[in-house]
Amino acid sequence: MLTRSLIAGLALTFLSGSSFAATEITWWHAMGGELGKKLDEIVAKYNASQSDYKVTAVYKGSYPETMTAAIAAFRAKQQPDIVQVFEVGTGTMMAAKGAVYPVYQLMKDTGTAFDQKAFLSAVVGYYTDADGNMLSMPFNSSTPILYYNKDVFQKAGLDPEQPPKTWEDVEAYSKKIMSSGAAKCGFTTGWISWVQLENFSAWHNKPIGTLQNGIGGPDAELTFNGDLQVRHWTNLKKWQDEGLFQYGGPAGGNDAPPKFYSQECAIYMNSSASRAGVIGNAKDFKVGFGMLPYYSDVQGAPQNSIIGGATLWVLKGHSEAEYKGVANFFTFLSSPEVQADWHQYSGYLPITEAAYKLGQDQGFYAKNPGSDVAIKQITLNPPTENSKGLRFGNYVQIRDVIDEEFQNLLAGKKTPKDALDSVVTRGNKLIADFRAANG
Amino acid sequence: MQTKRTVFGNRLLPYALLLPQLAVTVVFFLWPAAQAVLQSFQREDAFGLSTTWVGLTNYADLLSDPTYLNSLKVTAIFAPAVTLLSVGLGLIFAASLDRLARGSRVYAALLVWPYAVAPAIGGIMWWFLFNPTIGLLPYLLAMVGYRWDHALQPTDAMILVVIAASWKQVSYNFLFFMAGLQAIPKSMIEAAAIDGAGPVKRFFTIVFPLLSPTTFFLAVINLVYAMFDTFPVIHATTGGNPAQSTNILVYKVFVDGFIGLNLGSSAAQSVVLMAIVVALTVIQFKWVERKVTY
Repeated sequence: MLTRSLIAGLALTFLSGSSFAATEITWWHAMGGELGKKLDEIVAKYNASQSDYKVTAVYKGSYPETMTAAIAAFRAKQQPDIVQVFEVGTGTMMAAKGAVYPVYQLMKDTGTAFDQKAFLSAVVGYYTDADGNMLSMPFNSSTPILYYNKDVFQKAGLDPEQPPKTWEDVEAYSKKIMSSGAAKCGFTTGWISWVQLENFSAWHNKPIGTLQNGIGGPDAELTFNGDLQVRHWTNLKKWQDEGLFQYGGPAGGNDAPPKFYSQECAIYMNSSASRAGVIGNAKDFKVGFGMLPYYSDVQGAPQNSIIGGATLWVLKGHSEAEYKGVANFFTFLSSPEVQADWHQYSGYLPITEAAYKLGQDQGFYAKNPGSDVAIKQITLNPPTENSKGLRFGNYVQIRDVIDEEFQNLLAGKKTPKDALDSVVTRGNKLIADFRAANG
Repeated sequence: MQTKRTVFGNRLLPYALLLPQLAVTVVFFLWPAAQAVLQSFQREDAFGLSTTWVGLTNYADLLSDPTYLNSLKVTAIFAPAVTLLSVGLGLIFAASLDRLARGSRVYAALLVWPYAVAPAIGGIMWWFLFNPTIGLLPYLLAMVGYRWDHALQPTDAMILVVIAASWKQVSYNFLFFMAGLQAIPKSMIEAAAIDGAGPVKRFFTIVFPLLSPTTFFLAVINLVYAMFDTFPVIHATTGGNPAQSTNILVYKVFVDGFIGLNLGSSAAQSVVLMAIVVALTVIQFKWVERKVTY
């Protein structure tokens, strides 16, 4: 599979390379479906806007597939100029100092005007080194929000304009929805790891790991097994037993969206980038938007949520001319017009202040209620040590560990405390392995 | 003088004729295998920027890794279950069809059909059929009071992957049993029938023993298939979930190496798998081929 996509990538490079004099820039990405079409449109616009460079965007499959394809290509010295890497791959990319060309360095070397302060701090904080330098280019960042079915709320006798604010609300509303027969289940969620553990912790201003959730250095360890996280997982298990909550599966939770679209579950938590998909699929009912719920008795909640999504990494081993082109393309990508268009279409966050401002001036948020929930939630409070983001080696596998232990919990094989304790033990082992391999 | 022996005028010609095949073997088997063995003694970051020699650490880690031991256990259930189910069903279908006077060609064609379906497509199909939210089978099972949930229940997940992996293999086994049955002299069966043996008695005393070479051959082939070729089925259905209860050895090599980028451990695991294949092949040639009477 890897070699096949490699060959396909090479073939594309050769095919398009012969007919143009412009410098070729390859960009491997993981945006399929509607998002992929929009991305191609942006690239076509860039290519038409100037004649010095030609960007070729190649779809490489899922996030993990794209990342492993780029790494395999690097080992074979066939790497693309730009690769899109998801946020949990950040630790791996940062450790690969010999392979990655930091964006701030690239901008400096090519003499490109670049102001890091123009980007939203909640986004940039995830991708800077210890000195505050930006290592990769933010492109598509999102944060989880709450979607709910207004029609079901109405049927259940709830106010359709009021999303649940706290977990107490979620529980009470779900019970009312089920007892009134308005829907079969209260709520479901995508991304147990990202939404119900990582963001849950940041939202309540609780640590995910030591050393500022790992941003402070590679010696950090996980601390997912705090009292509040145990309390939440205890509740999720209880709510699952009562039918209030339905599990949507591991990783992104493929079974969660259909449960919401088919009106089986009335409330649904997932990425703000699911917005286009939710609206497109909610044909028979109206959708409401809200911020993530919190426990009302927790001091300091709600804090701010953290991002997910991906950034663009530049790989070493190409010519100076190509890097000039990459810098030029990045300037185009982060321009307010392109960013605002991408953000408004996809539901990803506007990554610059200017793009957000442009959307306000265009009256986009007034016309599309709910489209600014994500940005309001991520900027609700200035980020603390617990809510800047997270960075650990081997985090891709740690996400899998979280899913496995959550499955053990729901299947009744482990208590919430045991499940979270093993997330921490197994996760710390993976982090130690990563340190050893990159030492 | 031996007449069967081919004599080449040129000493180099036989080697030249063998060269293409040897080149393919070296490039696509020996070289990657040697790479895997080499990597299994190393610890390396994903990009290959720093490599350290760690001796047998990767192997030692495997033996103390509960997830690897779990994977061994899962494979020890999965592979025999797939073999038993697919060989068993293949034999039942072939034996039933053999007794059929009319329309056997149509049935045969239908039974062979699944073999033409790509494993990944087959996996997706079973995933749809068994999907707890939109699938047909959970809906039917719910009517008889069984709540199917392979997303959380390890037993359900194991049943799903065993069925999905066996499905297309039944066709393969069916074909071999059909051929085997046709080689059994009709006169023997007729003689037994005249002596008063019923169809069941005839099957177990005459047909099945005569089919034993085919059965043994298929048992080994299916065991190898279940252990090494079922990657797409697992990938398309459960992805090793829930909680690694369907994470068979070959899938774990992929997850640890290609998703987790832990190349040393993944290489060590593939070397262990290689040893298992060699062992199975030796059994196939030394033991099965000799002990079975034709």
